[in-house]
Amino acid sequence: MTEKKTTNIILFSGDYDKAMAAYIIANGAAAYDHEVTIFHTFWGLNALRKDEPLALKKGFLEKMFAKMMPRGADKMGLSNMNFSGMGPKMIKHVIKKHNAMTLPQLIEMAQEQDIKLVACTMTMDLLGLQQEELLENVEYAGVAAYLADAENGNVNLFI
Amino acid sequence: MKADKVLDAKGLACPMPIVKTKKAMDGLESGQVLEIHATDKGAKNDLAAWAKSGGHELLKHEEEHEVLKFWIKKG
Repeated sequence: MTEKKTTNIILFSGDYDKAMAAYIIANGAAAYDHEVTIFHTFWGLNALRKDEPLALKKGFLEKMFAKMMPRGADKMGLSNMNFSGMGPKMIKHVIKKHNAMTLPQLIEMAQEQDIKLVACTMTMDLLGLQQEELLENVEYAGVAAYLADAENGNVNLFI
Repeated sequence: MKADKVLDAKGLACPMPIVKTKKAMDGLESGQVLEIHATDKGAKNDLAAWAKSGGHELLKHEEEHEVLKFWIKKG
């Protein structure tokens, strides 16, 4: 067997639909036997947030960010036709109707398939996110770790 | 056609048919045949591409009452 191919996705967007696309590609790539990494940065970090509120020591701006950003994948909005939160409700309805998977299910499936979920520590600092707020089994890294994975990668996407 | 294992992926949407197929295939020995039933219209192209990339052989596919059936031999 030759060395495994790799798929590296940067999830920058905090939109539900774009994150869905990223996670569908990631799960597909894992089924292709690729080593898959999703590198979450900026708004994409919100996909990794736990949904419960945590009492953490934070400054004023960090608290504001924490309040204004979606707490977890299920709370994210759509990039289009969001309609102040009605859009995601409609999308979740049609996802169910067509037996597709919701974003939280896709993330769970990704973890089952041993997809490496990485959180960018620099943007975590900017947005005031702490490790306790993110899902278990997430790795923490920066640009060099991403590049090490991506430089020999076969599929590289920025979403 | 005889199969060593049958996978029912009917009603499942992308990416599940391919994820389930991979899992089922992992449990087979080289040369064994997996039969897959799916209703996702993209499954035909998806499974053909997946089999080729993984070194498996798509032996046959047919459509029966909107159910797509595939037989893939493990490489």
